[in-house]
Amino acid sequence: MVTTIKNTEADSAARLFQAKRFALWIGIAGMMMVFTSLTSAYIVRKAAGNWLEFKLPDIFFYNALLAMASSVVLQASYAAFKRGKFALYKSLLALTLLMGVAFLVGQYAGWMQLTDMGIFLQGNPSGSFVFVLSGLHALHLLVGLTSLSVALFQALSLPDRLTERRKFRFGLTLTFWHFLTFLWVYLMALWMYLA
Amino acid sequence: MATTTQEVSKHQIDQLIEEYGYDDHFHEHHHEGDKYQSGFIQKYIFSQDHKMIARQFLITGMIWGILGGLMSLIFRLQLGFPEENMAWLKPLLGKWIIINDGVGTLDPEFYYALVTIHGTVIVFFVLTAGLSGTFSNLLIPLQIGARDMASPFLNMLSYWFFFLASVVMFVSLFLSTGPFAGGWVAYPPLSALPEASSGSGAGMTLWLISLVLFVVSVLLGGINYITTVLNLRTKGMNMWRLPLTIWSFFITAIIGLLSFPVAAAGFFLLMFDRMLGTSFYLNEIFINGHALDRVGGSPILYQHLFWFLGHPEVYIIILPAMGLVSEVMSTHARKPIFGYKAMVYSIASIGFLSFLVWAHHMYVAGINPFIANFFIIFTLIIAVPSAVKVFNWITTIYGSSYRFNAASMFAVGFVSMFISGGLTGIFLGNAVLDIPLHDTYFVVAHFHVVMGVAAFFGMFAGIYHWYPKMFGRFMDESLGKLHFWGTLIGAYAVFIPMHYIGMAGVARRYYKFDSFDAFSHFAGINKFITIAAIVTFVFQLIFVINFFYSIWKGRKMTSRNPWGSTTLEWTTPIHAGHGNWPGKLPAVQRWPYDYTKNGRDFIPQIEPQSEAEKDEFH
Repeated sequence: MVTTIKNTEADSAARLFQAKRFALWIGIAGMMMVFTSLTSAYIVRKAAGNWLEFKLPDIFFYNALLAMASSVVLQASYAAFKRGKFALYKSLLALTLLMGVAFLVGQYAGWMQLTDMGIFLQGNPSGSFVFVLSGLHALHLLVGLTSLSVALFQALSLPDRLTERRKFRFGLTLTFWHFLTFLWVYLMALWMYLA
Repeated sequence: MATTTQEVSKHQIDQLIEEYGYDDHFHEHHHEGDKYQSGFIQKYIFSQDHKMIARQFLITGMIWGILGGLMSLIFRLQLGFPEENMAWLKPLLGKWIIINDGVGTLDPEFYYALVTIHGTVIVFFVLTAGLSGTFSNLLIPLQIGARDMASPFLNMLSYWFFFLASVVMFVSLFLSTGPFAGGWVAYPPLSALPEASSGSGAGMTLWLISLVLFVVSVLLGGINYITTVLNLRTKGMNMWRLPLTIWSFFITAIIGLLSFPVAAAGFFLLMFDRMLGTSFYLNEIFINGHALDRVGGSPILYQHLFWFLGHPEVYIIILPAMGLVSEVMSTHARKPIFGYKAMVYSIASIGFLSFLVWAHHMYVAGINPFIANFFIIFTLIIAVPSAVKVFNWITTIYGSSYRFNAASMFAVGFVSMFISGGLTGIFLGNAVLDIPLHDTYFVVAHFHVVMGVAAFFGMFAGIYHWYPKMFGRFMDESLGKLHFWGTLIGAYAVFIPMHYIGMAGVARRYYKFDSFDAFSHFAGINKFITIAAIVTFVFQLIFVINFFYSIWKGRKMTSRNPWGSTTLEWTTPIHAGHGNWPGKLPAVQRWPYDYTKNGRDFIPQIEPQSEAEKDEFH
C-alpha cells in the first residue's frame, strides 16, 4: 500500500524523485526547442514563396486521435496501478505499447502515401519539412516505446507491489508519453492552421 | 598566500555542521565503498562523482586548449612570415606542407582547416566544456550543500559524450582530405555540399557528428545543473543566499538548454542536405561549372538557426567566467561583492537579452536593414547590465586591501579584458560600423579579447582559486604570477595591433596578401602579432607545467579554508569522499558575502546570525 513519508530518509528519497521528475520536464523543454525552431523555420520558409502545397495523408489525422487515445489508456493504467489493480494495470500498459506500435506503422503508411503522391524527402522544402518533423517525432517515439517496453517488462517480472520507486518510474514514463502525444497533436494543428 | 587571523578552525566547522546541520541519513545507505569509489575504473574513469567529473572536464579541456593554441601559432606563422620556409613543419604536418624548390609552404586548404578547428575547439571544447563543465560540476553541489548532482549517471554520460565528441573531432584532423575548412560557423554551401572543398567531405561529416555529440553532452549537463540548483539546495540555502558562481552557472545552463537544441535542429537539416539530397539551405548553385538541381532552400536560414545558438553561446562562455571572478574578487578583497542583487539581475537580463541579438552577426548577410535596427537596439542594451557588473567589480575592490595572488590578479585581468573588448562591441553592434568592419581583423580582435582572452582569464582565476579544492594542493604562486603578467601583456600585444590593422581595412580570412599591394605595409605589424602570440603561448606552457607538477608535488593544503572563504565548499574535509560531507549536510544561515563584518575577517555561511543581524537585510 502507499507508504507515507514519515522519516527524513524517505524524505530525501522523495526529494531526489522530485528532482528527477523536474529534470525530465527540463529535458522536455529542450526537446520542445528543437521543434519550436523548426516550426519557425517552416513558417519563415513558407512565407518566402516557391512553396508546394499538398494535402497531408488522412492517416496522420487518425494517428493524432490514436495518440490521444493511447495517452488516456496509459493514464488509466497508472490510475489502476495506484489503486492496486495489478491485472488491469498490466493489460492497459500492454495496450498502450500496442497502440504506440500501431501509431508508428501508421506513420510509415503515411510516408508511403506521400511518396505515392510524388512528395519526396528531396525536392521542394514543403515536403522535406513534413518528413523531417514527422521523422523527428518518430525518433522521439522510439524512446517512448523503449521506456514503455521496460515498464511492461518490469510490470510482468516484478512482484505485484506498489512502491514509491515504481510509482515514480511509471510517472516519468507517463509524462514522456503525454509529451509525445502533445507533440504530434501540435504538429497536426500547425499544419492544419497553416494549410 | 595570506593567512587569515580569525580563521574558523576545523573543529568549529564540524561543530557548526553537527549542531545546525541537516541529517539526510546519507551514510546509512550503501554509499561507501560502493560503485562511486571502489575500483580504479569507477573512481578515475567512469566516475559518477561530480568532483572527479569536473577534473575530467578540466583536463580534457586543457588538452584541447593546447592543441587549439598550437593551431593558431601555425596559421599565425603563415600570416606573420608568409615568405619563410616552413619545411621544418613537414614532420608534423606531412603533406599539408608543400615543398617547391626546397621551400616549404603551408597548403592554403589546411590553413583554413586550422582556423576552423581552432575556432571550433576553443569555443566549444575549451571555453564551454572546459570552463562551464568543470566549474559547474565542481561547485554546484559543493556550494549549495548537496551530496552530488540530481543524476550522477547523466552527469557521467555528459562527460563521455564530450569525450566522444573530442575523439571524433581529433580523428578528423588525420583525414587524407583534411578536417573541415569552412569556418567554425559552418555556413552552407561550403558545409552542405561535400564536393565544395576537400574539407567539406569526410571532414565536415565528422565535424557534424562531433558537434551533435557535443550538444548531447551540454544538454545532459545543463539538465542536471538546473535541476540540482533548483531542487537540491541544503536547508536554509534560499536563492538569495546563492553565491554568484551558482547564479551564473544556473543562468548559463538555462541559456544552453534553450539555445543548443536550436543549433542541433540546424545541424540536423544540414545533415539532410548533405546526405539525403534535401534543399533546406541550397538554392541555384553552380559547382564545377554545372548547375545543381537543388533549389528552394535558403542559406540564411542556417545562419539564423546557427546564431540563435551562436550568440547565446558567447554568454554561455562569459557568464561562468563572470561568476568565478565575482567570487574570487570578493574573497580576496575581503569585502562583500558590491551590489549582489544587481549582479544577479544583470546575469539574468544578459541571459534574456542574449536571445534577442543573434542577427547582429548577420548584418552583412543581406538581412533587411529595418530588422537590423531591432537587433542593434537590443545589442546596445546589453551594454547596460554588462556595465553594471563592471561597475560592481571595480567598486568591490575599490578601497579594499586586495590580496594579490595569481587567482585574484587574473580576476582583475578579466575585468580589464572585458572592458577593452566590450567597448569595441559597442562599435560593432551598430550595423553602419559593422558593415565596413565586419570582414576585417577588427572583429577578430574584438571577439578574441571579450570572449576568448577574458573567458580564459576567468577560467585561470577559477583554477588557481579552487585548485586546492580539486587536488588538495596549491599551485606555485610565483609561476602563477609570471603566467599572469606574461598572459596580460602578451594578449594585449597580440590584439591591440590587430584592432589597428582591422580599422585600417586589412581583411580577415585571407591566407596571404600578395595579390594586391594595399596591405603590404602592415607586414611588420603582422610579424609583431605573430611573435607576441608565440611568446604568450610559451607563458601558457608555464601554467600547464605548474598545473601538472602541483597535482603531485604542489604545496599541501593543511587547513580546510585557506582563503578564508564563507562558502560551503571550504567546510568539507580536504579530501572529501563521495557525498562531500562525512556526516550531516551543513545548513546555511546567511548570505555568502559576510567579509569584514562586526570586527571579524569573515563569517562562514554555516554560522547562525546573531539577533542584531536578523534585523538586517540579509
